[in-house]
Amino acid sequence: MRVSLFVTCLVDQLWPSVGTTAVEVLRRAGCEVEFDQRQTCCGQPAFNTGYRNEARALARRFIEIFEESKADAIVSPSGSCTAMVHHFRELFAEDETWRTRAESVAERTHEFASFLINVLGVDDLGASFSGRVTWHDACHGLRDLNLHSEPRRLIRKVRGVEFVELPNADSCCGFGGTFSVKYPEISVAILDNKIESIEKAGVRAVVSGDASCLMQIGGRLSRQSSPVRAMHLAELLASRE
Amino acid sequence: MNHPTETADSTVYGPPNAFDQNALKALGDEQLHSALQNLVVTFGERREAAISSVEDWEGLRDEARAIKDETLAHLDRYLKEFANNAERAGARIHWARDGHEVSRIIIRLLRERNAKRVVKSKSMATEEIHLNAALEAAAIETVETDLGEWIIQLAHETPSHIVVPAIHKSKKQIADLFVEKIGIEPTDDVAKLTSAARRVLRQRFAEADAGISGVNFGVAETGTILILENEGNIRLTTSLPKIHIAVMGIEKVIPRFADLDVFLKLLPRSGTGQQLTAYQSLITGTKKRPEDEGPEELHIVLMDNGRSRMLAHPVTRQSLACIRCGACLNACPVYQQIGGHAYGSVYPGPIGAVITPQLIGISKATQLPYASSLCGACREVCPVKIDIPALLLHLRSEIVEGPVGGLSEQRGPVKKKFAEHLAFRLYVFAWSRPMLYEWGARGGRLFQRLVVTQGRIGKVSGLIARIAPPFGAWTAWRDAPPIAPRTFREQWRESSRIK
Repeated sequence: MRVSLFVTCLVDQLWPSVGTTAVEVLRRAGCEVEFDQRQTCCGQPAFNTGYRNEARALARRFIEIFEESKADAIVSPSGSCTAMVHHFRELFAEDETWRTRAESVAERTHEFASFLINVLGVDDLGASFSGRVTWHDACHGLRDLNLHSEPRRLIRKVRGVEFVELPNADSCCGFGGTFSVKYPEISVAILDNKIESIEKAGVRAVVSGDASCLMQIGGRLSRQSSPVRAMHLAELLASRE
Repeated sequence: MNHPTETADSTVYGPPNAFDQNALKALGDEQLHSALQNLVVTFGERREAAISSVEDWEGLRDEARAIKDETLAHLDRYLKEFANNAERAGARIHWARDGHEVSRIIIRLLRERNAKRVVKSKSMATEEIHLNAALEAAAIETVETDLGEWIIQLAHETPSHIVVPAIHKSKKQIADLFVEKIGIEPTDDVAKLTSAARRVLRQRFAEADAGISGVNFGVAETGTILILENEGNIRLTTSLPKIHIAVMGIEKVIPRFADLDVFLKLLPRSGTGQQLTAYQSLITGTKKRPEDEGPEELHIVLMDNGRSRMLAHPVTRQSLACIRCGACLNACPVYQQIGGHAYGSVYPGPIGAVITPQLIGISKATQLPYASSLCGACREVCPVKIDIPALLLHLRSEIVEGPVGGLSEQRGPVKKKFAEHLAFRLYVFAWSRPMLYEWGARGGRLFQRLVVTQGRIGKVSGLIARIAPPFGAWTAWRDAPPIAPRTFREQWRESSRIK
């Protein structure tokens, strides 16, 4: 299967290892991976802050680039950015042509874990990682894309992993895009509930499907000199140790 | 947490546009924090248990939403039907455009009947229009009879939750308040406190000339109003005094009596985690024969107060489906941290952040739509499936790009944030051009390398925080992500070359 990678600007610039490991895992699952270097951002920061004109400009660009691709699927290592692509149609409520184009691109766009499980039907990628890990449900993956069992199935298949659930796995980490810097005190107060339960779980790594949540959680863990590592699912699935 | 702390007794909160400062105040209030934690755990667990007793909760939610959508699509017709049937049963209907008109109507009704003492039962509609202040100004003695509402009335405060208005107060604070205001002996015995309240309130009921209540549902088919409660004070408010005045938002109407079956399953479970509230008062008109019990007069004031503006726009219309259960407050990570007062409005939490700007004008509440991480927990628990995140996004776009549709008349000019506008323009300009995007990324990483040391901004932090506030806001509490030596696309290019 041919896959076009939508790596997301956050991963491209701040967490590139998520991109490289995602490519590795997809190839291991038998996919041929392409990467269109014209791609930048889906426009979510603008959309979520109320700048719809700006978001629309980036959405159009995204659609033009990815509809040219002959790949069978567009795959992204981010639930949040995938959900944004699915939201494109709302930006073109009064423009049927663009709405249709937005919908057909959205139909082909899959989140990484969901693509592995629901499209490829693969759950064992031959990965190994020793130690206890837990999972943080990123909100848009969980509530916009209904991802819940997929990442858990993938994690459980990693050799050497002991998987534990957080009591508040499905509660927000407090990131929320510009919310994290508009109201940093509230954002961090929310985050600290998450951090507390991660620390209590006694894990080696907290795994999630969105680099944004991982920056928030990881940034706080690192500030508190915690040994717990914030890790993307792609990084875990590419791990051989 | 090392946020700037305020003294815990600084309980005076500003209006919605002071949300940022209000939130800091709330975050520093330890007592509030533990009260909220209690609320979240108790109500969350009770709700879970209560909804598990319903066979098809999802189906029930869909059904409720369909009823609401149908009603809102033909609101004029259902309101007329409700008004006709209620009047036929002996009620008098009054139409009020806004809060001032509601207050004027009620004050006129009371004065004409020489009614000087009023008992009130808990009602968000009357809180919304600050009826108590208007009655006080008209020298009408008004006593709240819901225990929580009475407590905050004694304390001269406003509700901090739609369902549990005094949730922010501790037992100790309530005991101290009772010692000061009604002269009881100091005690921490809840039974003693409630019986003291009961003693005072029973007396007020006996003396009252009129009772004022809200309405949960108004049935068009029969002209019936339904009010739910647990304390029995609503039953007394609506049956003991000779006059009963009910204030009802125009969105409270539902078409058929049978529809109550759906909403009675949803509301108590979502609100308090009960299968059913202790009392349900169904009131259809006035008493029919002299020997019957109940008030001689029933007045229903149908209140618009901004609702028809919400109705006019297809996106904002769903705001009116809300049945005021408060479940979204309990589920919201932001509300869980700061409670209700920080929102500066009688409607707090996610639904408050949606309704308040529409009620008071978006320019007076520009922060509220941004007071959310858009996590969607509110949408998940909403019994009528209101897409609150979508509404918040819609309001954000109205703040940035100006009014769309029916809300324009309420809008004052929203002050533009020039720096933010410029930043987003630049971002779109650069991010639409791969070359600029790459240079931007390089510049960003250079900036990061220069100013970030081990996740923190170093010596120049003061300056950095001033010229790039978001960066300072991030690194004050969280390390900046480590600098990747090469971007993904640089690595991709390199590996393609090797091959």
